[in-house]
Amino acid sequence: MEHLGEKLAALLAIAWLLPLLGFTIEVFGGYWGARNCKKAAYIAIGCIAAGFVCSSTALYLWGSETGWVALESASHGGHDEHSSATDDAHTAGDHGGHDHAATVVEHHHKQTVFSGCFYRLAKFGSLNLSLDWYIDSLTLTMFVMVTLIATCIHIFAVGYMHEELTDDYVDHQVHTHDGCHFHRPGRFYRFFSYLSLFCFAMLGLVLAGNIFQVFIFWELVGICSYLLIGFYVERHSASTAANKAFIVNRVGDFGFIIGLMILWTSFGTFSFADQHAADGKVQPGLFSMVRGSDGKLEATDGIVVLKTQQDEHGHWQVPPDSSQRKTIAYTLLIVAGLGVFCGCVGKSAQFPLQTWLPDAMEGPTPVSALVHSATMVAAGVYLAGRFYPMFTPEVLLTIAYIGCITAFVAATIAIVATDIKKVLAYSTISQLGYMMLALGVGGWGAGLFHLITHAFFKSLMFLCSGSVIAGCHHEQEMPKMGGLLRKMPITALTMLIGVVAIAGLAIPGTSIALSGYHSKDAILATALAYTKLNSVHFLLFLIPLLTAGITAFYMFRLWFYTFLGKPRDQHLHEHVHESPLVMTVPLLVLSVFAAGCAIGGEEGVLFRMLTHSQPGHVAQGFNGLAAQTVSLPSHDAIHKVHSTAGSAALLAAFCGMTIAYLVYGLGLVNPEEIKKQARAVHAFLANKWGFDDLYDTLFVKPAHVVAKFAAAFDKLVFDEILHTVVRFAVVISKWDRKFDEGVIDGFVNLVGNSTYSLGIGLRGVQTGRIRQYVTFIAVSVVTLFVLLFAFYPKG
Amino acid sequence: MEAVGPNPFLFVSAVLFVCGVVCMTTKRNGIGVLMGVELVLNGASLNFVTFSKFTPLGLDGQVFSLFVIVLAAAEAAVALAIALNFYNNHLTIDVDRGDELHG
Repeated sequence: MEHLGEKLAALLAIAWLLPLLGFTIEVFGGYWGARNCKKAAYIAIGCIAAGFVCSSTALYLWGSETGWVALESASHGGHDEHSSATDDAHTAGDHGGHDHAATVVEHHHKQTVFSGCFYRLAKFGSLNLSLDWYIDSLTLTMFVMVTLIATCIHIFAVGYMHEELTDDYVDHQVHTHDGCHFHRPGRFYRFFSYLSLFCFAMLGLVLAGNIFQVFIFWELVGICSYLLIGFYVERHSASTAANKAFIVNRVGDFGFIIGLMILWTSFGTFSFADQHAADGKVQPGLFSMVRGSDGKLEATDGIVVLKTQQDEHGHWQVPPDSSQRKTIAYTLLIVAGLGVFCGCVGKSAQFPLQTWLPDAMEGPTPVSALVHSATMVAAGVYLAGRFYPMFTPEVLLTIAYIGCITAFVAATIAIVATDIKKVLAYSTISQLGYMMLALGVGGWGAGLFHLITHAFFKSLMFLCSGSVIAGCHHEQEMPKMGGLLRKMPITALTMLIGVVAIAGLAIPGTSIALSGYHSKDAILATALAYTKLNSVHFLLFLIPLLTAGITAFYMFRLWFYTFLGKPRDQHLHEHVHESPLVMTVPLLVLSVFAAGCAIGGEEGVLFRMLTHSQPGHVAQGFNGLAAQTVSLPSHDAIHKVHSTAGSAALLAAFCGMTIAYLVYGLGLVNPEEIKKQARAVHAFLANKWGFDDLYDTLFVKPAHVVAKFAAAFDKLVFDEILHTVVRFAVVISKWDRKFDEGVIDGFVNLVGNSTYSLGIGLRGVQTGRIRQYVTFIAVSVVTLFVLLFAFYPKG
Repeated sequence: MEAVGPNPFLFVSAVLFVCGVVCMTTKRNGIGVLMGVELVLNGASLNFVTFSKFTPLGLDGQVFSLFVIVLAAAEAAVALAIALNFYNNHLTIDVDRGDELHG
């Protein structure tokens, strides 16, 4: 089985590193290729598509080697006729009605989780900083999902970005000083090189085997997001949005770093999985230390003793010898969890850091589809899921409330948004809130299930909106659209699939539905079971339920507004055209997955694949003492309320859809009238609940004040000090000059002058007369002899 | 016969030397100067021979005087060549006219 792990790691590493190779080629090749050359796009598509093939192969290999144990249901442990099932859940799982995938974790016959180390970066004492890999069914599913969606989006982008294939791109949204439009060379290759770099970073994040490595790639996807939002860097709004995204993410990452510091100090390791050293010793990973092998987190007197020793069965236990024990304060564990979750809040645009995501829509639409809906923003949810064993019930409660608030706030803003991409952005935030909520209320599988389904239908909808925007010549305001169904039928219908999927519609009484129904259903069921256990937190069910209705309303509003009704801008309407095949084919592919990836719901392949990696302690639930903390529902409890929650959600969705149809489809009520009637509410929502104003007042303006003060301080104090020093220096140098000129130069000149005058004096001796010289010589010799005889000592 | 000491020889040698020097300093004719040089050299040679006779110097002095004679011959050849060239340039061999190197 170790062999399998190596093989999987090699395959995924290829899928991970290929985009980096592509990035390098594109970045350096772009300069010597022509501006209208599509080579960069082909390289990028080739790399990510090869990555998809590698990931799918890895998933298939993993499945077949483990006998598809992940797809087996608990009560039918033996049957595995699903070995033919492919990764993407085309085959409906008829696993026999009534079993819970949750208990699969107890049926580990074979090893299904693999981990290891690629390369050690550094070692500080006992702490390793290394590039590890951690592969379980979640990693594999994420890999397949990311590479598949990325491939579709890359292909779509070839069509969407074709205007950049020129030496003279005219940016109609940027005006130069003389009132003309801004001209610049096209940046086709640059766009694709950024996309490749992003894919590399995202896959690295998913593959990462320790939390520090996650952080490295976390920042890498952040910088890619920054670069892509600011792709049209000359537009002031785009560069501001890029800065905003980056800075807001820094706030979250600050918490992340605090979490990392606590983990380092208290645990001495960043690794998720246990590490096998070369000498055969096994070092416990984070999860083993906190949860042990039975998944229980026990705190006595506010101290958690870490399970750092293996017993004879290989289970991690508290060392019997108290001197060898490692401990961490329970509050510190909470802070560490909150810190890491803070990073997730930033990255996944959760309340209160959600403001950057709508602005991020300044980037090109394929970027919004890939980075800001399907993958990067979901990385926060992914990390929360991956790090789940470290979260204490208190942290989970925070996560649940944050998710709940985010879902509701964003959904309400989406109602009044008129920019087609902004609506989708707010819906993304809202759905991410759903996922966080699911994780918080103990629905680990449900949350990640929704992550995958949402990735498909939201990237689909973003690409559809991209197709609409391209067709409407970069018009994004829905009030100017309308009646596009005839003009762009493929886009409209694929969009409808996405809308139905996100709204969570189903045929009542059956489970025939698109993907969003299943995942949202799972989340609401978990939330209902949770509120039954903890009746204080009843809002955690009611608000998401309400939000489900709102979601259906604003998504159908978007669709009706854009595609039905009469064209509101006749001039625009006449020039609208359906997008070329290179853009519509990805739409069709994604719509198939958006519709069908969750077939079978919680008995289906996708959900079982995901829950196979579920942390062991989730399935049984958690019975908090009433006075102490919250309880988490077990899977049985969730199942009992499943149908109730499902019907409620469906009812809400239908209500939302009907209202949207009445208002925007049939036009029974004029939306403008409602706007007038509830002007205050509308203004409040259109102002995004005032978050931007709030942050402006709270942080930006004070920062400006401080900056102004600092500038004044600089000018009045530091500059003055500098000036004084400079003046002093000038005086000193003047004196120095005088010294140089008077003393040093004088001395040197003196030496020179005296040598010169000596030479002049001696010049006369050199007469050139030979007889005189001979006379001198003779006289000198005689003189020498005289002197010799006079002074030489006698004897 | 009374033995003759070195003094007469040294005296003759000194006279020769002084005559040579005076000749060198007073003659304006280049050939005259050369003749003065020959006198000085011969004075020196006579000194060598005298000391080789009256001191334990032995044959060395006489060998040296032979060298001086050879040297004088060589010097005369070179000097005459110079004189010839000098004449070519100045149409005279008056050494006082050759003062182009004065300072």
